[in-house]
Amino acid sequence: MHVDFYERVWMWGAGATIALFLGATAFAAYSQGRLPPSHIETIDPQAVWTDQRFADRGVVANSDGSYTVTMIALMFAFQPNEIRIPAGSPVTFRMSSSDVVHGFQIVGTNGNTMVIPGYVSQFTMSFDDPGEYLIVCNEYCGLGHHSMYGKLIVERGAQ
Amino acid sequence: MTLHDRKLATAHMAVGLAAFGVATFMALMQALSRANLDLPWRSARMYYLSVTGHGVLMAIVFTTFVIMGLGIAFANAGLGRPIRGPKLAWLGFWIAFVGTLAALWAIFVGKASVLYTFYPPMQAHPAFYIGLTLLVVGSWVWCGVIVATYLDWRREHRDQPVALSVHGMLATIAVWCIATVGVAIEMLAQLIPWSLGLVDTIDPLLSRILFWYFGHPLVYFWLIPAYVIWYTVAPKAAGGKLFSDPLARLVFVMFILLSTPVGFHHQFMDPGISAGWKMLHTVNTLGILFPSLVTAFTVVASLEIAARLRGGRGLLGWITALPWGDPLVSSVLLSMLLFAVGGIGGAINAAYGMNAVVHNTAWIQGHFHLTVGTASALTFMGASYWLVPKLVGRDLELGLLAKVQPFLWFVGMLLFSIANHITGVMGMPRRIYEASYGDSPVAQSWEGLTLMSALGGAFLFLSASFFLLVMLGTVLAGKRNEQPALEFAEPVNGQLGARTVLDRFTPWVVVAVVLVIIAYAYPLMSHLQMERFGSPGFQVF
Ligand code: HEM
Ligand SMILES: [Cu+2]
Ligand SMILES: [Cu+2]
Repeated sequence: MHVDFYERVWMWGAGATIALFLGATAFAAYSQGRLPPSHIETIDPQAVWTDQRFADRGVVANSDGSYTVTMIALMFAFQPNEIRIPAGSPVTFRMSSSDVVHGFQIVGTNGNTMVIPGYVSQFTMSFDDPGEYLIVCNEYCGLGHHSMYGKLIVERGAQ
Repeated sequence: MTLHDRKLATAHMAVGLAAFGVATFMALMQALSRANLDLPWRSARMYYLSVTGHGVLMAIVFTTFVIMGLGIAFANAGLGRPIRGPKLAWLGFWIAFVGTLAALWAIFVGKASVLYTFYPPMQAHPAFYIGLTLLVVGSWVWCGVIVATYLDWRREHRDQPVALSVHGMLATIAVWCIATVGVAIEMLAQLIPWSLGLVDTIDPLLSRILFWYFGHPLVYFWLIPAYVIWYTVAPKAAGGKLFSDPLARLVFVMFILLSTPVGFHHQFMDPGISAGWKMLHTVNTLGILFPSLVTAFTVVASLEIAARLRGGRGLLGWITALPWGDPLVSSVLLSMLLFAVGGIGGAINAAYGMNAVVHNTAWIQGHFHLTVGTASALTFMGASYWLVPKLVGRDLELGLLAKVQPFLWFVGMLLFSIANHITGVMGMPRRIYEASYGDSPVAQSWEGLTLMSALGGAFLFLSASFFLLVMLGTVLAGKRNEQPALEFAEPVNGQLGARTVLDRFTPWVVVAVVLVIIAYAYPLMSHLQMERFGSPGFQVF
């Protein structure tokens, strides 16, 4: 196939750009552990409220200095709706939905996950800047979707 | 074109453009509502009904019918023969049309405000799912008719490569047929029986996997026909030639290969799918940037040829020599410009870290109004200025409106899209009736930008109205005229010689299916083997 010289150059450039993007994504993913939330765990969505794993909702301090936040997303709120955690410590969020699909996003951070009934979402992050963060549901979940939000308060660390 | 095929194509275009017309009213309402501008009939129920109507009408009905109309016109003109099986073609049209009406009925009576992605366990009226399924079935009939016409032509032209316009349409059909398998399974095995009450529960994640198996190639179903117009119609209308015909064929083949095994990039934030498989889909996703980058070069080079033939000079000065007053040419140029921005945005979406920031925010609506909402939609509007007069045998009316319309769209889209990209990065979700969040300070910081988006929406609405007026004026009052045939750009290096491997479809479709199996078989199998729990339906609208 005859390909014009300039077009050939362009195609190599395009290939190199794509390789660069790929390299950057793979580097961030595998050497810095920046992978999207991909936890695999199922749960009966009709029994979330009575499931042992979701009995202690709210913040729990673990012995290794990390924290676990357990939440249920429902139409149209998060349960609990307000969370307080100290700055700097790793926080693992665990949540599921007792009705439709919801989203969980901590505005101004890259804390973001879908919450799908029948599945447990889980991801870990830490917050360096103390302050009050808005949590929003970012997946349409019915007539009250725009009023589904919560609050995350990051307190100055005790250490 | 034969009279019969002109009628057939006109019927498809008419339904598509009518859908566009209805959807623009909802669009205006949504853009104003997001800026908290109080309209008398504004309510959350209306809003979500409207977003469902707008999404379905624009993304599914408008695009599919216009693409079917273009396909019929291109096949007839490019193959130089009437469509095979005209009765069947009309049957396909009616199946798709009746299906569309059923789905729209469910939406407009308020029984299907589930948005155009219809994620269960939110549950719509069965007519919504059945109607959309019929729309897809009708489109399959269309695929069969075009392919049969092509095969007839092939029997008489064994060694000749088919016209590029038809090559592109066949690639579109290949992508569509592979893609719709996913949504068909979702509809038939999950949503329809569940909405009819035949089964009690549904697996929402399986539905999402099947939906996005379909949802990403859907994007290329919208885009490839626009590329066909960029490659074959726009250079001709601008007075030029096609810079590289074989590369264009390579581009279409690459779309067949890479459109489908990428769906997980819409599910980066989903639980229940492993990170390794998400990474494989990411690799493919970045790969599919390649054909678009090649297209950018070839189409720009083709237009440059046109401009230089018209006396254009200089490194960039030639751009001014293009016929910007021709609504088809300006639509394509402006589409390409905005699509370049959209493409960069797409690459950003594919990066994990950025995806976590923008996923399901207003950024996404800023993004896809540049891609499907402009690269496809504005190109289709431009193509309508060129095609519809030829289909109905009348001159274009209200030419002045047609001249300014693409520029209005461009300005409106810049305002709309910039505002939404920024509010998205600032964390404003998409698909929300209003954005005050109990007057939270973050939400207040979005306010000026939501107004800017609303202003963009008003420009877009005006532009869409101009377009529809021109179409109505042309069809009703245009001067009757024996219209010239459809013309397509010739390659610079003369017509191609023999058929090459890029002109064959079967081997590429086979490879594409193998790639799909690699990307999906294992994750689907392991998904189905997990212990899973179903969800009952919810009607919360
Ligand atoms: C007339 C100009 C247009 C305006 C003012 C407009 C405005 C909007 C707005 C404000 C939304 C956001 C709804 C929300 O997330 O809350 C939206 C959603 C959407 N628009 Fe448009 N739009 C226009 C044209 C188009 C075109 C031409 C297409 C595609 C061909 C399109 C496809 C979509 C889709 C698919 C959605 C997503 C619906 C959803 O999230 O479920 N729009 N539009
Ligand atoms: Cu929600
Ligand atoms: Cu996609």
